[in-house]
Amino acid sequence: MNSVTMAADKDVQWKDSLTTESPLVRRLLIAAVFFYLTLFLFIPLAAVFAEALQGGLAAYVESFLNEDALAAIRLTLLVAAVAVPLNALFGVAAAWAIAKFDFVGKQVLITLIDMPLAVSPVISGLIYVLLFGAQGWLGPWLAEHDITILFALPGIVLATIFVTVPFVARELIPLMQSQGREEEEAAITLGASGWQMFMRVTLPNIKWSLLYGVILCNARAMGEFGAVSVVSGHIRGLTNTMPLHVEILYNEYNAVSAFAVASLLTLLAIVTLAAKAIVERNTHSPTIVTDPTSAVQAGSIR
Amino acid sequence: MSIQVDHVTKRFGAFTVLNDVSLHVQEGELVALLGPSGCGKTTLLRILAGLERPDDGRIFLHGAEVTDQRISERRVGFVFQHYALFRHMTVADNVAFGLTVLPRAQRPSTTRIQEKVRELLGLVQLQAMADRYPSQLSGGQRQRVALARALAVEPKLLLLDEPFGALDAKVRKELRRWLRRLHDELHITGILVTHDQEEALEVADRVVVMHQGNVEQIGTPDEVYEHPANPFVYRFLGDVNVFHGRVSEARAAVQGNPEEASAGLADGVEEHEVTFVRPHDLELNRSRTNPDQFEATVRYVLSAGSRVRLELIVQSSAQTIEVELTKERYRELDLREGEVVFVHPRHRQVFTIPQS
Repeated sequence: MNSVTMAADKDVQWKDSLTTESPLVRRLLIAAVFFYLTLFLFIPLAAVFAEALQGGLAAYVESFLNEDALAAIRLTLLVAAVAVPLNALFGVAAAWAIAKFDFVGKQVLITLIDMPLAVSPVISGLIYVLLFGAQGWLGPWLAEHDITILFALPGIVLATIFVTVPFVARELIPLMQSQGREEEEAAITLGASGWQMFMRVTLPNIKWSLLYGVILCNARAMGEFGAVSVVSGHIRGLTNTMPLHVEILYNEYNAVSAFAVASLLTLLAIVTLAAKAIVERNTHSPTIVTDPTSAVQAGSIR
Repeated sequence: MSIQVDHVTKRFGAFTVLNDVSLHVQEGELVALLGPSGCGKTTLLRILAGLERPDDGRIFLHGAEVTDQRISERRVGFVFQHYALFRHMTVADNVAFGLTVLPRAQRPSTTRIQEKVRELLGLVQLQAMADRYPSQLSGGQRQRVALARALAVEPKLLLLDEPFGALDAKVRKELRRWLRRLHDELHITGILVTHDQEEALEVADRVVVMHQGNVEQIGTPDEVYEHPANPFVYRFLGDVNVFHGRVSEARAAVQGNPEEASAGLADGVEEHEVTFVRPHDLELNRSRTNPDQFEATVRYVLSAGSRVRLELIVQSSAQTIEVELTKERYRELDLREGEVVFVHPRHRQVFTIPQS
């Protein structure tokens, strides 16, 4: 009797060891991960704040209150306020077209949407210099009509839009493809207009992924350096976004101010990650649920 | 609402899904479109709903042409194979959807809508589930919600696309009887798409058998089952034993004399005749009682279920045939595997097939 249970125990242990590592290996792996993260993530992050607060709280606050810093913050917010809604609209439209219709060139469109991720941001910026610069294709025409794009707000917005195009669309395409067209067709057969169908069926089904895409898009729009750097012209108080302002301060050996502004961007990143985590919890729970209470909760958030 | 499908053709690229299909459905009828997957039955249903547009031909609903009419103007209820319930809405909100999207002038009051939803959920026996979400329901319950949702807008025509296809056998059987009763109560014209011949024969007033974009036969379940128009319909509606040979040799072939049969075929005649016999139309005897009988060896007996199925090998041609017996007849005969029996077709049908 005893030997039988022992054999069974051994059996379980043996099965266990097939699928999981030994405790020693497990602990080593976890420790390695934490060591790596500490070295490359937590220490630099802490350094940003430590450096920013080196001159005391007053100097820290002062770094934001000067005119150039405020202008950079305003510009960054403005650029994001234009680029993010436009890309959200584009993302929904592109994902809709790709998921719900069959047309020639669909694969090409999907690839094109991903292109900004594959191209170095500096090159994204240079594309606009080539297009709109004084020696560029459209430069002379623009100069004739007195339209400034490069080294001004329009150029910065365009470069930012280019770089952030994929974020919303990429979130939505696989989701909308997997959801198919049936619910929309059902809505239409029940007499809904196109707008009613979108607002009452499509949008509720994609809202969490849309929000997730918008958060990522916003983070990138505010933090973009390379492309914006090429087209901005670095005019203080006029065409400097926050990342560019940080660079200028740093190049002037004004470490405290540089890190203070950098800490703002870092805070933005942390807030973004937190928001992302919350949204992620919601995107993965509502559709397929086994626990009735969580389904009710997820469903009641409209 | 009567339906007239007039010479409808639909192509997807180079592939013809529907080839000059014509069909008439009377008001109040429940018609099944039956065929193997890819035969065009779902496409025809979607054309009737307005979800697809025919390349050629016209559709009339209640005598009026609707070929170019928008879905919302056709007043059809559509039930999808995979339910297509709105996953973020409760059962009650799903059912109410069609009423809440009506233009304000036609939209009933909120209390009237609630009342109507309660009535419909009563009809599909799901009152208790009103506040649940689709993901919390079983497949059968979901399909009943989908049906209630389609009925909410008081359609004149109900289109069901493999409504029970995703359900298990027992629920499917229950639901199709329930659907038949519901149809008898509501007297709504209905078209049901299915690939399950049992379902079509049991539920429908008339069956339209389709194959590769063509209508093969239209008739009552009895007509199509008892008098199949062609070999395809015969095969599709049930199990069948096929004996090859020309009509004069059919008996020879059935008797299992392959030499005689092939001798008949060799004289350059382009037509080929096949004899079809259903497994339950083959009679077995232990001794010769009839000159039409041929001998066969029992290879396999499957006695599970209400009927006994036997696999026999025709002695002269080595062809395998299937026979279905009642339990009683099987006990009477007391057959064992390896024994020899005399087989006689009680009922047969001969088709002429052009030789290719």
